[in-house]
Amino acid sequence: MSTPALFEAKNICKYFGGLKAVQQVDMTIERGDIYGIIGPNGAGKTTFFNACSGIDKPTKGHVYLEGEEITHLAPEQIAKKGMARTFQNIKLFRYMSVLENVKIGFHNQLKSTLFDAILHTKTYKQDEAFAAERGEQIIEQVGLGPFRDTLAGNLPYGVQRKVEIARALALDPKIILLDEPAAGMNPSETHNLMKFIKDLNAQGYTIAVIEHDMKFVMNACNKILVLNFGQKISEGGPSEVQQDSKVIEAYFGKGSFTEEGRHGNA
Amino acid sequence: MKRTSDSKWVTPAMLIASYKKSPQAQAIERFYHKHRTVLMLILIAFLCIFPFFTNKSYVLGVICRIFLYSILAGALNTINGYSGQFCLGIAGFFCVGAYSEAILATAAKMNFWVILPIAGLLTAAIGLLVALPTLKMQGIYLAIVTLGFSEIARLIALNWTSLTGGPMGIKGIPVPVIFGFAIRSTRHFYYLYLAVAILFLVVTSRVIRSRIGRAWMSIREDQLAAKSLGVYTSRYKALNFMYGAFWAGIAGAIYAPYVRFIDSTYFTLDEGWNILSMMIIGGQGTLVGPIVGSVIVNYLTELLRPIGQWRLVAYALLIIVMMWWRPQGLAGASNSIVAVKGDTKLRKNSPRKEVQA
Repeated sequence: MSTPALFEAKNICKYFGGLKAVQQVDMTIERGDIYGIIGPNGAGKTTFFNACSGIDKPTKGHVYLEGEEITHLAPEQIAKKGMARTFQNIKLFRYMSVLENVKIGFHNQLKSTLFDAILHTKTYKQDEAFAAERGEQIIEQVGLGPFRDTLAGNLPYGVQRKVEIARALALDPKIILLDEPAAGMNPSETHNLMKFIKDLNAQGYTIAVIEHDMKFVMNACNKILVLNFGQKISEGGPSEVQQDSKVIEAYFGKGSFTEEGRHGNA
Repeated sequence: MKRTSDSKWVTPAMLIASYKKSPQAQAIERFYHKHRTVLMLILIAFLCIFPFFTNKSYVLGVICRIFLYSILAGALNTINGYSGQFCLGIAGFFCVGAYSEAILATAAKMNFWVILPIAGLLTAAIGLLVALPTLKMQGIYLAIVTLGFSEIARLIALNWTSLTGGPMGIKGIPVPVIFGFAIRSTRHFYYLYLAVAILFLVVTSRVIRSRIGRAWMSIREDQLAAKSLGVYTSRYKALNFMYGAFWAGIAGAIYAPYVRFIDSTYFTLDEGWNILSMMIIGGQGTLVGPIVGSVIVNYLTELLRPIGQWRLVAYALLIIVMMWWRPQGLAGASNSIVAVKGDTKLRKNSPRKEVQA
């Protein structure tokens, strides 16, 4: 038997009372993918992400990371297993510096206990040296060098998004879920972000991304899942999805006409 | 009352901000960061020789209170300031620590130095008991529960007559003895309190700069984000409560032999508000904040003795003015002049890049 897919969500349903926010969605992400999730507003993309990362338990269905079931684990346990995520409405530690934000991401890689910290034992010194060094590396890698000592809450919006990604990288994750990383960015920032995500992917990170910007998704992702009203309506490569009549219908309504160049910002 | 334009009202915050930009202020700050250790040692040396300059045990007594309340407000600050949990029950932990010491010293005749850590650990265990059922609570709900705990602790002390002496309290608490030398006078206790306060600051500053302190702060900033980065928030909140309770217990344990007699009236909610007001006035989330608060409130207490109970009104006014002008406290948050910033060691190792944002 071949090795299990890196990430697998099977038959995920999430109901809020009578509202069926996500219904029977499957998703399989292989190592090295940049996996895009698109859909009109209110399609259930973020709810689906939350169900996958343990923030909101799915009503039905199963989530697997490297073949191991993680459906009922708490978010912190899932993070420990190697899944990092960012949030649509940025959730930074606002009154901590960028470097400290990144250092939180090392939490589970560090081993020092309360007594190590009080007595400054070898474990503590190793931990802090590692956190400082690796923290610098990640900050440089993401291009946050000039901001490392700034309070995260004082940074411009686009930079805050980068801090969130840097923090996720600090987990040394197997897979990163990005929830609308380009929201609120101008076209050139979006373009840079796209390059950045492709670079990360080239370095070996597997990435799943929710995004509204069609240009971004079509250029960056090798596989795309389309949600509408909580249901999967299409899945496949960018060109396949673009041709899918259901997708066109979801975005433009019935009887509309479309061609590649006219997608723009849906 | 209406603010017509911003320029009409000059708040202290604005004055501080403009002062911070002046070259003198920045020179002072640079000097401070450069010679921090030396300055600290000078301060400690000064505090050590201070009792030789004064004969008044009244003055030393006030300073003892300042030290004691620095520890208590500091302990509360590790809970409220660093991990952002709203605890109002610090007087309860203080009570548990003081009674543990008093009972073990009088009934069990144990040595003070053995009791000290036991009292701390006992209080930490009580802290865990309070934390466990409240892990999912936040803000005002947690505040109410901890407030309730504080009263329960006091009422148990008042009513469990066989153990705590009830309304008669516990008298004749033996003084601590170190190498055959009895710590008896205020002057002696001055050194004991100074030592414990320094120990508290050193230990806490080390904890704050470790992964544990960072985890606490991440809980304060955003719990969901902390969880998504693998911080077991419940575990760290419980640890945080235990840590704060531990030091409040230690403070109680050094307080009991100092007053020689304790009863439940020492540990009322008023005591809790008192400690809370020190932390709020001084500033949360910094090590120096609670000390500043303790100095100010205790000094004011002495200054306002002539006006008797009216001084409580003065505190209230002070807190209201603080909330209006400087909600982060005198030394709270990062943008104050005295707040301890960042990790200086780290900056020494790598050249700091100036931010032009």
